[in-house]
Parts: sequence; C-alpha cells; structure tokens
Amino acid sequence: MESGKKIIAAALIGAVAGATVVYLKFAGQSPLAYATPLLKHRLPPARNGGTVIQLCDGATSTEVRGLKPGQRMSREQALEVSRELMAQWQRKHPDQHWIMADSRSPAIGTQTQADSAAGSATPSNAVDGEPTASPSTAAAQSQQGDTYASFHKRDFMIFQAETENFVEQGRRIFHSAKLLGGTIGVSCDMCHPDAANTHPETYPKYQEQLQRVALLRDMINWCIENPVKGKTLDANDPRLRALEAYILAQRKGVPLAYGKH
Amino acid sequence: MAARHKSIETKYYEERDKVLKALRNCDRRTFLRLSAAAAGAVLAKGLTPPHSFQLVEVVQAAVEKGGSETGAGGNRPFRFAYISDTHLYERTLNQRFVRAIVKAVDDVNALDPQPDFVLFGGDLAQLGEPSQLELGKQILSGLKAPVKMMVGEHDWFLDLGNKWQEMFGPPTYSFDWKGVHVVVLMSVNEKDFWTARKMSAEERMQTVAGLDNPIQSRFEVGERQRQWLKDDLSKVSLTTPILIFSHSPLYKYYRPWNFWTEDADEVQAILRPYSRVVVIHGHTHQMLFNQIGNISFYGMLSTAWPWPYAPEGLPALTVQMNRADPFDQFDGCGDGQATVRTDGLVDTIYNLWDRNPVTVKADYLVSGGKRDKPPAPQFASY
Repeated sequence: MESGKKIIAAALIGAVAGATVVYLKFAGQSPLAYATPLLKHRLPPARNGGTVIQLCDGATSTEVRGLKPGQRMSREQALEVSRELMAQWQRKHPDQHWIMADSRSPAIGTQTQADSAAGSATPSNAVDGEPTASPSTAAAQSQQGDTYASFHKRDFMIFQAETENFVEQGRRIFHSAKLLGGTIGVSCDMCHPDAANTHPETYPKYQEQLQRVALLRDMINWCIENPVKGKTLDANDPRLRALEAYILAQRKGVPLAYGKH
Repeated sequence: MAARHKSIETKYYEERDKVLKALRNCDRRTFLRLSAAAAGAVLAKGLTPPHSFQLVEVVQAAVEKGGSETGAGGNRPFRFAYISDTHLYERTLNQRFVRAIVKAVDDVNALDPQPDFVLFGGDLAQLGEPSQLELGKQILSGLKAPVKMMVGEHDWFLDLGNKWQEMFGPPTYSFDWKGVHVVVLMSVNEKDFWTARKMSAEERMQTVAGLDNPIQSRFEVGERQRQWLKDDLSKVSLTTPILIFSHSPLYKYYRPWNFWTEDADEVQAILRPYSRVVVIHGHTHQMLFNQIGNISFYGMLSTAWPWPYAPEGLPALTVQMNRADPFDQFDGCGDGQATVRTDGLVDTIYNLWDRNPVTVKADYLVSGGKRDKPPAPQFASY
C-alpha cells in the first residue's frame, strides 16, 4: 500500500532525526485531519429473521437462523458461527495464512512485545522467525490466532506514526489561539509550556471551583471558555480529543494518581 | 492615559487608605465600632475570608533598612519597585492583560513613600507590535516615580528592536544610584534561526513567543555586550555594589524554555571580582531566587500569567510559590519592590496579588538558606 509505505518512511525519518523533523513533517497537514467520525461497523440486515453476526474485519458476516435478539447461542452453535465466519474470511483471502504459533514462542501480542515493537521498532515474533523461549506455554497457546498475534513490525510502526500524528494535531491546537477558537490571543501553551502543570494523571478529582468531580476534559473546556475566551468543545470534538492526546503524551511514565491535589 | 478613570483597584486602595487613616487616629472604642461595622459589611455582602478585607489585623510593612543610615562607601539605602512581563495585546483584543498592568501601576502608585524608580522588567508587548508597545508606554506613563525600561524577547523579535529603541532608547545602559552601580542589559539575543527558514517577521516573533518552541535559539548576552560590560565595570571599584537588571536569568536553570542564558558562565566570570553583585531578572514569571558565589539572583513576577516551575534545574535555594489558582486571573501574578541596603545587598518583596506578600531577605541567600527562610508553599508543583 502506497500510503502505508509513506507512513512508515515518515516514522523512520522521525525516529532518526528527532523532533525537528516531526515539526516539518506535519507542517502542511490540516489541523483537523481527525475531524472524520470514528469508523463504525455496519451490519447487513437479517434476511431470514435471524441475527447477523460480524467478524472483527467489519466486512464478513453470517446470519444465525432462528436466533432472536437477546437470545443466547449454545456453545456448539457459537463454534459453528465462528468456523463459518473464518471459512468465509479465508475464502476471501486465499493468500493469507493464519499462523499457528510454535508453542515454545511467546504470545506475540503480549504487553512486552507490543512495547518493544512500538518503542524500538525491533520486534521479535514467530513470523519473523525469531522465536524466543516463552515463560508460559499455556498463555502462548491460549492466544494463538488472536487479533494481536497477527500484528507485525510494520503494523506497530503504522500505529506509532498514527498516534504521533494525533498527538501532533493536539500540539498544534494547544499552541494556537485561532485553532482553539480563542478570541483574545491566548493559547494553552502560554501558561502551560510543554503542557506543564496540566497534571492529567490527577483526574478524576473533585474540583472545588466547579463543585463537582472533574475530568481532564472538563478543565480543558474550562480553560477554553475562560482564559482563552472561546466556546467549549463537545466531548467528541476532534480538537478536544487531540488536546487530550497531546496533554497525556507529555506525561508518559508519570504514575496515575487520580484524586490527587 | 488620556482619559483617566479610577480602576477597581484604585477605588479599593482608596477605601482601604481611608479606613487605615481612621484607624490610626481612633481610640479603642472607635476601633471596635469600626471593626464591627466592617464585619457587618462583610456579612451583608455574603463574603467570607480570605476574599475580603477584614479588620482583624493591621500590618504595617516597615521598610527594611540595612544597618546604618549611610554605608561605608557613602551610599544610602534606597528602594525601587518593579513591574514586569505584562505581555500586552491591543486593548480592543485583550482586556485581561491590560487590567493586570493597570493594577500593578495602581499598586506602585500607592506606595508611600514612593520608590526611587520603577524598573520595567521586559516583555511589555506580547508580539512586539508598535500598537502594543505604545499602549504599554501610555499605561506606564501613569506611574508617579521615574521608570527605567528593560527589553524582553517579546518586544524585540518582530522588528529586531527598531520600534522599542525608537521609543525607549538603547536597551543596554548603566547609571549610578546612591553609591550603587546599576546596569541594564539586553540579554535576549538569539542566533539567526529565521533566515535559513525563510521566516517572515511575524513568524520569527511567533516562534520566539512560544516558550516551548524548540526551533528558536537560546538567549545570550553576546560577545559585544560582554565586552561593553567589562569596559563599563572597569570604571568602578571592586567594592562598589553592582545591581544588574537582565530579562533572562543570567544563569542556567532550564534550557528548553530559555529559563537560561547560553553565555551565563562568561557573564558571571565578568562579575566575579566584584564583592557585591545582585541580578534582578524577568522572563520566568515565578518566585525564584538563587545564589552563585558572590552573585544573588531574584526573578520577578509577571502581571500577565504565572509560569509553572520547570521539571528540572530549579535552584536549591528557591522556595516555590504556591500553585496558582486558574480560576483567579491575578493569582500567582503580581509586582514587587526591593530595598537596596547600604552594603549593596537586596531584600525583595514579592507582592503576590490576592495573597500575603513574601519577603525574601538577602541574608537568606548569602547564608546559603540557613537564615530567614521564606515560608514553604502548601502546594508545590506537580
């Protein structure tokens, strides 16, 4: 995929050359690239009065005849449905092989693996032919074939680039009175350089001045409304989401301490 | 200002002065009556402490005097006030920062006796626009005491100081005051980061205005000005007290935010032979003090907004001010005054608005924190 390659290339450059490159890289992008609503799976209608079940790819589905909404399937029925869905998926993707992991190799999607892959871009997994001894054979077996197990080095790089992009959108909004919708030239960074003193890790907490338990977004909106003199943002507003992303990203490694004053 | 009207702060101070004057001249019975009346007024307004002025305790801040009336070198103690980092936009765009500088002017005008002069600590404007600088000059012209101007990076990087110098003269100068040699520096020079990037003047200004913007260069006094400083100081004896005003801190606190002067070590080396050196600086918008060898450093408060303490590099001697309440525009902001003692050391008063003022005595710094420690904050930085 052409766009996928671009993202990977950008991520590599970013990793090598540091923050300056990241600044330039995103300079030309629309600040509201994340304005599109979140993707939703659309189920096809039930044609035979049953219930439609969909695979996590959002495209493959099957109808269970006679199953009414709210009814439970038997275990046998459920297994039959999953077999049917997987068979359909494999017919659609004849070249994709569902890897059965070696029982000695670690579960590919474990926390440690995901971290090392995202952080250093050097994951080791069964697909790359670098199996390492697993401390827990049972755990490895129980996770065979699950979603996370199918992620490769490339996927993690894309995930990271996408996340950095989202954080970068937030950084731009945080530093711009205009993008915040402010009316008096005040932006977040004027009081919070590098998002200092925003302490997202302390929410939720009781905010005496608001007379309620506040979330980070409540305080972001309070600041937008008051010192920034703008209009508060809807909870799903992409600008608010990006601001949260940027603020949280600045506190990586700080322990969560909800309720702290 | 052309049309002078009384601000809320002025009215508040006038009312307070009236009450204090009445108190000074009253006997015990009258005092109690006044107290009761004040308490009643407070109740009637539905106010509770500490949001109101109450006649519980009347504190008369006495001006600290350093030893005898006249020092060994024939110098006399004196007091100056400061207003700093006002970051003005045009009045029509932003009233918030205008309110704050007007409040500071009112504060300083209410000082009795008046200070010898008022130092303006730099960053008069937010983005160096002529209209912003002119508004600032107009408001500062309401001060009763003479004003000494210092430049900050927000005043400079739109037109590289043209307008500011046209309005206020050279940014680097010195003068002698009551036996003390006073130097004002332009310490916010940056290396050219804009030409290669083909930035417009506005983009250059906006970049410097972003405290956490890593594209800009680090502040420096620069070689030429360091030479000027050497020459200037060579005219005074090594025992003459030196008072330096600088917008940037003249030491290395936190590089990413330019709480920093790149050639601070070189500047300190020039100052080292002198027995008494005090540096008063702006830019950091917080209660901040430090002692390096013979040099005492005090950071000034901003009127516009407080800055959080940097994640590292805070001088060990600094006692943090309490975290600012975002719901109160003035909290964590303020102005201040300093008394220059006959021995050249300086006691400063951080006049934090809506809080008790904090006095930081010279002895606290020169004793390495052993004496006169200022009160610790209840809530330090996160």
